[in-house]
Amino acid sequence: MSESSPTPDPIHSDAFLARLMSGQLKLSIACALCFIVALVALPLLNYFQPEFMAQRVYGFTLTWLILGVLFFPFVWIISYVFIKRSIALEDAEAKAAQDGLKK
Amino acid sequence: MSTLLAFLAAAEPATQGIDPWIAFFSLITVVITVGMGFWTAGKSKSAGDFFVAGRSVSVGWNASAISGEYLSAASFMGVAGMVMLNGYDALWYPVCYACGYLFLLLFIAGPLRRFGAYTIPDFAEGRYDSPLFRKIAVCFVLFIGFFYTMPQMKGAGTTLAYIFPGLHYSVGVIVVGAVITLNVALGGMKGITLVQAFQYWLKVFAITVPIFVIAAVVGHYQSHLEANKTAQETVAAAPAGIERKALPAKAPKDEQWIAPFGSLTTKAVDTAIKAAKTPEEKAALEANKKPYSLLYTYSLIIALVCGTAGLPHILVRFYTNPDGVAAKRTTMWVMILIGVFYVFPPIYGVIGRSLTPELYDAVGSKGTDKVVLELPTLLAGRDYPLLGSILSGITCAGAFAAFMSTFSGLLVSMSSALAHDIYGRMLKPESSPEQRLKAFKWAAVIIGVVSVGLGTQVEKLNINYLVGQAFAIAAASYFPLLFMSVWWRGMTMKGAATGMLAGGLLALGSIFLTTLSDVYGFAGLADFWVAHPLLRILCEQPAIWAVPLSITLMIVVSKLTAATIPADVRMKMLVLHAPEALGLKQEYIKEHEGLGGH
Repeated sequence: MSESSPTPDPIHSDAFLARLMSGQLKLSIACALCFIVALVALPLLNYFQPEFMAQRVYGFTLTWLILGVLFFPFVWIISYVFIKRSIALEDAEAKAAQDGLKK
Repeated sequence: MSTLLAFLAAAEPATQGIDPWIAFFSLITVVITVGMGFWTAGKSKSAGDFFVAGRSVSVGWNASAISGEYLSAASFMGVAGMVMLNGYDALWYPVCYACGYLFLLLFIAGPLRRFGAYTIPDFAEGRYDSPLFRKIAVCFVLFIGFFYTMPQMKGAGTTLAYIFPGLHYSVGVIVVGAVITLNVALGGMKGITLVQAFQYWLKVFAITVPIFVIAAVVGHYQSHLEANKTAQETVAAAPAGIERKALPAKAPKDEQWIAPFGSLTTKAVDTAIKAAKTPEEKAALEANKKPYSLLYTYSLIIALVCGTAGLPHILVRFYTNPDGVAAKRTTMWVMILIGVFYVFPPIYGVIGRSLTPELYDAVGSKGTDKVVLELPTLLAGRDYPLLGSILSGITCAGAFAAFMSTFSGLLVSMSSALAHDIYGRMLKPESSPEQRLKAFKWAAVIIGVVSVGLGTQVEKLNINYLVGQAFAIAAASYFPLLFMSVWWRGMTMKGAATGMLAGGLLALGSIFLTTLSDVYGFAGLADFWVAHPLLRILCEQPAIWAVPLSITLMIVVSKLTAATIPADVRMKMLVLHAPEALGLKQEYIKEHEGLGGH
């Protein structure tokens, strides 16, 4: 098939591809944003609120506790949510495309 | 194996004071690793088996294997050493090593797997229908690979020099390099998957068990952190019973060590302040210290996070998942497995600062990089002589597992690039599978020899630092390539190649400049860094400018050459993004076979 002659087949239409990619990209970017905000914010907090971040929490300094321990579970949560949604999204896409073919 | 034993026996008289337990555990690790390699060698027959394990590895095995391969000498020894040396700032390394995986999962893992190609060069060629681009990509696999093998070799040299006091650093590098190269040449990746999975669990055991015992005897993570006073505290609030040895002059002060923006990120400015002549100059530099330090931190984060998403030997493993959903599940497990691991190495660094401060004074293979190996022996001085030796033996075994598994993985991916891409596709496309298999073995030997040669050159550099550099180059070359190729239809081969080459080579060049002055002592360059601390930071951590530069170049050049967008880009994008249930991949392969393949 060539780029210039769009076929009526819904799977090979530009609209289907655009919808597919934008759905996936939106999900990925939303998850990435949670993570990027945390990565950008922590150095900024260290920079502007050094005393607050240096307070002791169970012997750790607050910032050490966040970076050395709490960051890992935080990322697990993001990835868990992403995988759940991404698999659901793919199932929905596949179903929608196959239904479209039957028509 | 017998050659190694003979070598060890010959080395015996020269190396007095070998702890039998330490040597025993290390030897067991090597024997099991090599034994599994040989055992599975008989099982892997076809070329497909050799390259990606027949693509039939289950999620649990594959996740353990990826984690095993990923947790390198840098993670096992380097992170602890760097936390001990630099404190808080070094925590970014383990965090970003683990979190970079998220980027891989979010943007790259699924699509790449659906596209289905053995290696990155396969992807580069398949996406742009360009054999030329394959050649460029192959060169980069080798480049980044060699950069990443150097710290593994440093880990090997350091560990062997610890087990056999008196043994020269480079002898350790040569012995370990030879054993692993032999193992890979005989076993291939099928063997490696099993071995890597086993080694993940060995490493977790080796990092957790000793530290629990040590903490039970000498005091906990938090207690030793409390022994370091912050800038707000006038006296350290260490709980009773926490022992602390006096810090040597070389060690960073408590307030700097425990707080962000410490010795790692302010080194360039500190050096300049020391050299400053007038008080005004000094004051100006002092004012810049913290902003520059923030810049360093962000650049490091970008390098580590994007670099993880672009490491070739990690990416190739995604093809061993049976489908895209499995590839995603695997990444989830990898993140949990490595995240759990990375909580522990900093504890060695923190307790090491209290109890083995003499390491601050040593350089090269005797410095803080060996704190993981050294710390357990403290128990010997506290009425547990046997326990100390056994635990130190266990951490040595973990260190062996660490550099052996990562080096094996790198060797496989680099040898595949040489055998599968350069030999099989460029030099001799008509070669038979047997010839390619033979080429793979020879490629492993050649790359092993080069890596050992490079490894002997880096004794002075910090393990973790070296890995960070490899990540920065990957972040500026592969990450933009993969990310943009997967998500932007308008990319052309010329745009992709320009961005990848410019980003990667400029990052490589600037890192090389810092290495020139740090390792080979180029005086003129060192003076230049003192005069321009900001440039020094930007060269040492190039990701903050190199990654955007690479992406910008890709966009601009692609727009200029928009006429050369691959004709069937829509089909390629569908294969990358459509759920596998739709079977587009098979359709795509048929179409290409109809055209005579590529």
